[in-house]
Amino acid sequence: MDIIWILLEALIKAVVILNLILLFAAALGVWAERKVSAWIQNRIGPNRVGPFGLLQPFADVFKLFMKEDLIPKAADKTFHRIAPIITLGIAISVYAVIPFADDVKIGDKIYQMGIAPDLNIGILFVLALTSVGVYGITLAGWSSNNKYSLLGGLRSSAQMISYELSMGLALVGVLMIAGSLSLNEIVSKQDVIWRWNVIFQPLGFILFLVSSFAETNRTPFDLPEAEPELVGGYNTEYSGMKFGMFFLAEYANMATSSAIIVLLYFGGWQLPFPADWLGLQQGSIALAVAQFINFMLKIAILVFFFIWVRWTVPRFRYDQLMNLGWKVLLPLALLNVLLTAVGIWLLK
Amino acid sequence: MNIRKNSEAERLSFWEKLYLPEIAKGMGITFRQMFKPKFTRQYPEEVWIPTGSYRGRPVLVNEDDGERCVACGLCSRVCPALAIEVQAAETDRDKERYPEKFEINMLRCIYCGFCEEVCPEEAIVMSKDYDLVFTSQEEAILGKDKLLVHISKLQDRLEFLRQYK
Repeated sequence: MDIIWILLEALIKAVVILNLILLFAAALGVWAERKVSAWIQNRIGPNRVGPFGLLQPFADVFKLFMKEDLIPKAADKTFHRIAPIITLGIAISVYAVIPFADDVKIGDKIYQMGIAPDLNIGILFVLALTSVGVYGITLAGWSSNNKYSLLGGLRSSAQMISYELSMGLALVGVLMIAGSLSLNEIVSKQDVIWRWNVIFQPLGFILFLVSSFAETNRTPFDLPEAEPELVGGYNTEYSGMKFGMFFLAEYANMATSSAIIVLLYFGGWQLPFPADWLGLQQGSIALAVAQFINFMLKIAILVFFFIWVRWTVPRFRYDQLMNLGWKVLLPLALLNVLLTAVGIWLLK
Repeated sequence: MNIRKNSEAERLSFWEKLYLPEIAKGMGITFRQMFKPKFTRQYPEEVWIPTGSYRGRPVLVNEDDGERCVACGLCSRVCPALAIEVQAAETDRDKERYPEKFEINMLRCIYCGFCEEVCPEEAIVMSKDYDLVFTSQEEAILGKDKLLVHISKLQDRLEFLRQYK
């Protein structure tokens, strides 16, 4: 009987969180991208569908549903179908370990705000899943049987190899300070603004930020897509909702990366000041709501930052990207680990 | 030899080679752009009205005492897209000739303005109409009923022609 309740609780959480991310975050991300790009280019942006054009992403998805779903004759049909599912599935499943607020006490039962936020290998799980995510793109490129798609897929995997390393190493600094892989524990160490990791780890933060741009295939590192040279790269041969899934996955990935950056460097769901200042009790629902809103706000700011960078910085050349990954970011990440180790050793 | 080294390392200063300060500068520019006035025209609500120099749909000038056209057929002769068809007939008025049938196929018209340029009577001029929508090929062939426009509505264009033609 008990196991059924636990499963039911997890299921309800999963449904709520998936809807929140897929419908809300991804749709709002698409809308924000179109609006911000319009503002930067002195345009107005979508404003016809719904108030301020807020329903535009739903209209877009509806259009994609109506489109004919083409599969090229020479494509490997199985993998062609699986690839977008892998990409979107991975992008969403990372949310399994993300804590949205502090634990809430109702009666004598403690509820965790997240599907499995206390997983003791949380950050390792995230890294593993995002690495699997590249399979979706590479498979999409390979199974399309199109030279441009293949090049896009290859670029994606090459890019992944050169950035995963420095990304992982940049994380080590945070893990050394927190002494744990659990996301909940990393967050609970950063309870006020002057204990946020970004203050102790400025170099590590910049490295992680740059790497996560590469990880999410966003400009300036969107080489797998590279419209002008690769006609859309890995998603050239995709249409209809399969293309829509890649599209949504990009924005879900962006939200995921932002969430991870917030959790690791900007105190996660912790308010920037001690919770007593608001007069809220530890473990109360009101505090959890405040923390949740705070967390979402931080994510929104970072998503805006992602979009803002996309419409400012041009794409890197392929060799520049490799140079940056191997010759600059990797040594700097190692240096960051060394500096953190020395810092901890001196302060102990 | 006159070869000078011009590598990236020589051209850029230390701070420029760091990338990040330059990127921050660029992002400052784009952030400022966001608050500048917008160029977008909300088209169907905010209609654009062209000046006299605009070459829109060609129309026939209609004066108070009848049309100007004498059906000489020069416009039809000069039209590079063969869009104009004129059939002349005789009348008792001073001008003696008038077009019995005058048709412009708007699917053929390329808005070059040659008909207007060649017309000895200034009878066919380019109007300001640009919002042309047809639901069938037959509908796109405009007859005299749609081509005749009163001279008072064409003053801008006639003024322009007097100055620059």
